[in-house]
Amino acid sequence: MAHGPATLADGLPKYLARWLFTTNHKDIGTLYLWFSFAMFLMGGTFAMIIRAELFQPGMQLIKPEFFNQMTTMHGLVMVFGAIMPAFVGLANWMIPMMIGAPDMALPRMNNLSFWILPFAFAILTATLFMDGGGPNFGWTFYAPLSTTYAPDTVNYFIFGVHIMGASSIMGSINIIATVMNMRAPGMTYMKMPLFVWTWLITAFLLVAVMPVLAGAVTMMLMDINFGTSFFDAAGGGDPVLFQHIFWFFGHPEVYIIILPAFGVVSQIIPTFSRKPLFGYSSMVYATAAIAFLSFIVWAHHMFTVGMPIAGELYFMYATMLIAVPTGVKVFNWITTMYRGSLTFETPMLFSIAFVILFTFGGFTGMMLSIAAADIQYHDTYFVVAHFHYVMVAGAVFSGTAAVYYWLPKWCGKMYDETMGKLQFWIAFIGFNITFMPQHFLGLAGMPRRYADYGLQFADWNMVSSIGAFMYGGAQLLFLYNVVRTIGWGKPTDDPQVWEDAVGLEWTVPTPAPYHTFEKPPIVK
Amino acid sequence: MLKRAQALFLRLLSPAIALAIAGGVSAENATRQINMPQGVTEVSQAAYDIHMIMMWICTVIGIAVFGFMFYVMYAHRKSRGAVAANFHEHHVVELIWTIVPAIILIVMAVPATTALLKVYDTENADIDIKVTGYQWKWQYEYIGEGVKFMSELRTSQDEIYGRAPKGEHYLREVTQPLVIPTGKKVRFLITGNDVIHSWWVPDFGVKRDAVPGLFTAAWAKTDIPGTYVGECTELCGIGHAFMPVVVEVKEEAEYNEWLAGKKLEAALYASTIGKEWTFDELMVRGEEVYERSCAGCHQSDGNGIAGVFPALKDSPIALGAKEGHIAVLINGVAGTSMQSFADQLSEVDIAAVVHYERNAWGNNVGDVTQPVDVLNYKQGQ
Repeated sequence: MAHGPATLADGLPKYLARWLFTTNHKDIGTLYLWFSFAMFLMGGTFAMIIRAELFQPGMQLIKPEFFNQMTTMHGLVMVFGAIMPAFVGLANWMIPMMIGAPDMALPRMNNLSFWILPFAFAILTATLFMDGGGPNFGWTFYAPLSTTYAPDTVNYFIFGVHIMGASSIMGSINIIATVMNMRAPGMTYMKMPLFVWTWLITAFLLVAVMPVLAGAVTMMLMDINFGTSFFDAAGGGDPVLFQHIFWFFGHPEVYIIILPAFGVVSQIIPTFSRKPLFGYSSMVYATAAIAFLSFIVWAHHMFTVGMPIAGELYFMYATMLIAVPTGVKVFNWITTMYRGSLTFETPMLFSIAFVILFTFGGFTGMMLSIAAADIQYHDTYFVVAHFHYVMVAGAVFSGTAAVYYWLPKWCGKMYDETMGKLQFWIAFIGFNITFMPQHFLGLAGMPRRYADYGLQFADWNMVSSIGAFMYGGAQLLFLYNVVRTIGWGKPTDDPQVWEDAVGLEWTVPTPAPYHTFEKPPIVK
Repeated sequence: MLKRAQALFLRLLSPAIALAIAGGVSAENATRQINMPQGVTEVSQAAYDIHMIMMWICTVIGIAVFGFMFYVMYAHRKSRGAVAANFHEHHVVELIWTIVPAIILIVMAVPATTALLKVYDTENADIDIKVTGYQWKWQYEYIGEGVKFMSELRTSQDEIYGRAPKGEHYLREVTQPLVIPTGKKVRFLITGNDVIHSWWVPDFGVKRDAVPGLFTAAWAKTDIPGTYVGECTELCGIGHAFMPVVVEVKEEAEYNEWLAGKKLEAALYASTIGKEWTFDELMVRGEEVYERSCAGCHQSDGNGIAGVFPALKDSPIALGAKEGHIAVLINGVAGTSMQSFADQLSEVDIAAVVHYERNAWGNNVGDVTQPVDVLNYKQGQ
């Protein structure tokens, strides 16, 4: 994503060195975005392999051992490599421009937090080519499958997770420092764009839970190599302890993924409704409430582990509560559209689809919160469908919307609206063909992470695979659209880009110059 | 290369054609179910009921919310000349849509709690059965009856890898199903032997993780005889998809007859353990056992999987002393996924599989391993 002049006149090194040593928030944002897109395609390739194998019953293309590596790597790469870095990239690009800051607060750390990421994923991916293969214990890596019974390469996995964690913590500290210290005069907290708010809260979640994940993998490391027994019942440990620790990280993690997506949608819907966001302050409070609740509901991922009934009831009630602030958000988005003057450009289409499909995923989430019913849903394709509705139609759709929304600002070129809409419809239809039938599969009894299945599940699996190939194809179109826009898009120099876009980022020239807000703007 | 690609393409395409023409490959094999089963126990019925309540509540809310949204998208579009209003908050409305969902949730919590209490009502059972998850099979032990057996997938590797047509019960058939009587409250005491598994019978509404080092209880009571199929639902390694749960519910008299037969079988086995087996008899039985219990990791051709599961072909253990070979099966190998088979396989089966491994795939040790060798090793320990 090219942007305004960045030449030797700025004192910049050339070529590779420029990207290696850059401390510019826009450069680093660009690096994050391209990296995450590369990871998205890699994780997507793993998904295609999974769906190709599941196209019909029986083992045709790969063996169960490799299948397990694919499901694991798909989850890890998508969560840690694609979605999280994508939103960090957006944060890098947009937060300084939205709050009127010249750059991030800690530019050198910003460089470091990006540049350790490729190493983490190189290490993780390299395990696929080693003896024993890559991680094969699911992205949730439950012990003892991931300790005593894991291939030796698990140590690379642990190292990789540590590096990713360090990167995330640095990135989030940077965001907190930037938002707290570098807002333009007059930009009070309650005037910040919602994207900045959701990221600020997300950054606190990250700082709180990434160390917990680091603790979990360190305990694994000790169990595997140094004779401890944190998770080994035979040595006095407890495999269930692992799950508590993992989900204490893991549940806030899913909100880490979705909150910035909420922020993006809260920027886009007002623009194309030509109307200010409805219920700004309730949006902020709802985000904070969701973040708080995310810390106290973790064991709803463990309803079948055999917890005492008191625990089970508590986690059920607490989980049901999440529906309240989430509902507030959905109602606010829809009311923002109400009595607006709507147009349906590509970013708006993705945002509306986000609201519909995320809400649908929220409904299945509410069903999953009911422990007695969850016992039937747990670890089936119903869960797979649920979290893809909130993660893919949630985070990925919103990330796509964000790219189309801000791309003209970044590179001063307009994308092709027809191609954007084409991508949207293929993605939207393909997504639903893929994941809607997975609800049926799960309810009918198909467990997740199955390399092979009984004949009664054949039909819907085939439909799901066809949808997945379609959805995968839409991503290639996305890549094409973005490259074509950067290379050959129609130039634009309208600072506002969109008729009714509001916010500081739309006051700087288009394309955004290499340095913006060297003198802070005054916000009234 | 081109030929292979073509073959692959056709293989992928053919079911699509079959789907289009015949309306699905599974039409004859099972009803095409898309909802949760009601099942045959109080617990499964409770799960189904609360599931349906939730689904209808979500459907009604969904229709209202999305209906309004589609109306807005239709009526307030710029192309129809809509002009944007300029409001951005309304405290009463915001309060209503915070409080109303909260009230709905409180109402829903009541049936949700009642249903969960049923799940946990494990007291006063008539029969206790210990269920142990192994990589990749289930062991059932009738506590106090002296009956204990392994339940393993019966579907052949040939069917799985497309070298033979798939049978009607593909991946839904086991060597020995769990058998329980009608009208009795059966309590399952569930644990794991190696990694975490999860024992699920949808029609009973029972899904419980089988965690090593932890016993938890679940229960079922039904009056409807039949065969109920379930699955392992916690990722447990490469055989995760290949360890189904099959439960047969029989009338009480039939059940008692079955149980007596099982006890007799155990007694008979004890008396024939001293039998002298021939080289070829052991090879045949050994191959059966190997395919069922060993080939998942060490592979049918004995080559294993590099870096994870060692090859048995030309391995020093298979070619070395018989006692050492037996020892690996009895004790397992600490710190690896090679588990102890002492409780999983009978002496005859251990002898047969050791014999097979020593004399298959060009491992020509030529000796004969008898059940009595295994028994001697166990007793010597």
